[in-house]
Amino acid sequence: METKMNQKLSLLREEILRISGVNPKKCMRCGKCTGTCPAYHEMEYHPHEVVDFVDRGEIVPLLDAPSLDRCLSCMACTERCPRGVEPSKLVEAVCTVRQRLRGGYTFSPDDIPARLDEDMPQQLLVSAMRKYRK
Amino acid sequence: MKYSYFPGCTLKTKAKQLDADTRACAKRLGVTLEELPDWQCCGGVYNTANDQIADKLSAVRALTAAYDAGQPIVTVCSACHNVLKRTNAAMRTDSVFADRANRYLAQGNPGYTPYHGEVQIYHYLELLRDVVGWEGVRAAVKKPLAGRRIGAYYGCLLLRPSPVMAMDDPENPNIIEDLIRALGAEPVRFAKRVECCGGYTALDDPDAAKRQSCAVTENAVSAGADLLVTACPLCRYNLAKTASGLPVVYFTELLAQALGVCDG
Repeated sequence: METKMNQKLSLLREEILRISGVNPKKCMRCGKCTGTCPAYHEMEYHPHEVVDFVDRGEIVPLLDAPSLDRCLSCMACTERCPRGVEPSKLVEAVCTVRQRLRGGYTFSPDDIPARLDEDMPQQLLVSAMRKYRK
Repeated sequence: MKYSYFPGCTLKTKAKQLDADTRACAKRLGVTLEELPDWQCCGGVYNTANDQIADKLSAVRALTAAYDAGQPIVTVCSACHNVLKRTNAAMRTDSVFADRANRYLAQGNPGYTPYHGEVQIYHYLELLRDVVGWEGVRAAVKKPLAGRRIGAYYGCLLLRPSPVMAMDDPENPNIIEDLIRALGAEPVRFAKRVECCGGYTALDDPDAAKRQSCAVTENAVSAGADLLVTACPLCRYNLAKTASGLPVVYFTELLAQALGVCDG
């Protein structure tokens, strides 16, 4: 049973690496990505930890971390990484795999009418639906 | 020269003035914008997962339409620009993605020519800098915006990822400040002009988005700005929701005022 679970997690790790195109072995643990992340205070795992967890195959904590959805895709970490690791791609891959795995949608279209306000641009609705649903 | 124009969804709805000013100023500056026929929403955000193909097809359709028209493509919304440029780069450099996207688009379209990222993409700001030129803009100004202290807010989407966007120095950009100077006003630089406004989290967690946008406006106010300009409807929405009292407008609004082409 445990072996099957390990195999599944190993496959998930491979999927995350494949669809992100990221090689976490390039990371030298400088922490610059986390230092520059504007959503630092919103997330229980920070960009350098996501890189480290994926590298070590610690996938379960990441799949159970809803706050990864607080990543803004602003690419500050990716722009400023001295090793070209591109942590934001890894965060997006983890969120994408999570949604594919169990439909971990943050909200449904039915939730939207209650959140609308007069000034809200369509761009916000389109972007949020693209980020939070697959 | 003629350009294919991709307005995007928000310019047809909540940001109609952005569309109107974009067109009126282009006309005044001698640039012909031809709206792409039957364009579809760009998707809003670029999904970096390399097997998310369908998400990117509407952007590929816009690019192939411009390619068929034999014209460079112009966008003004930061998000559309980001998605189109990154999709175009993927079509050029990722042969697996390009092959799959081309197969989708060829379905039911026997005359379809495979596309590989040939089209040149301009943001409207790049058009002003690289085609019209700052001297050309300055020469067209009828009502200089003298005495205004304006903060240029870039956010993320215009600049990053810099190897693909290639618009300006990603950490110390000048393009909007140069425009502000050309219009006769004084640019105010502030540290958080290239940091995120909170983006799409405004729908799911408005408080989290507000924490980001407040950090930006507080920084701009402390640097002495009395107005912020942006190219992005979502940045404008988030920044205007802060309690800073700092007005936030599109750069095209200033351009239209200075060129004397605005409605009012």
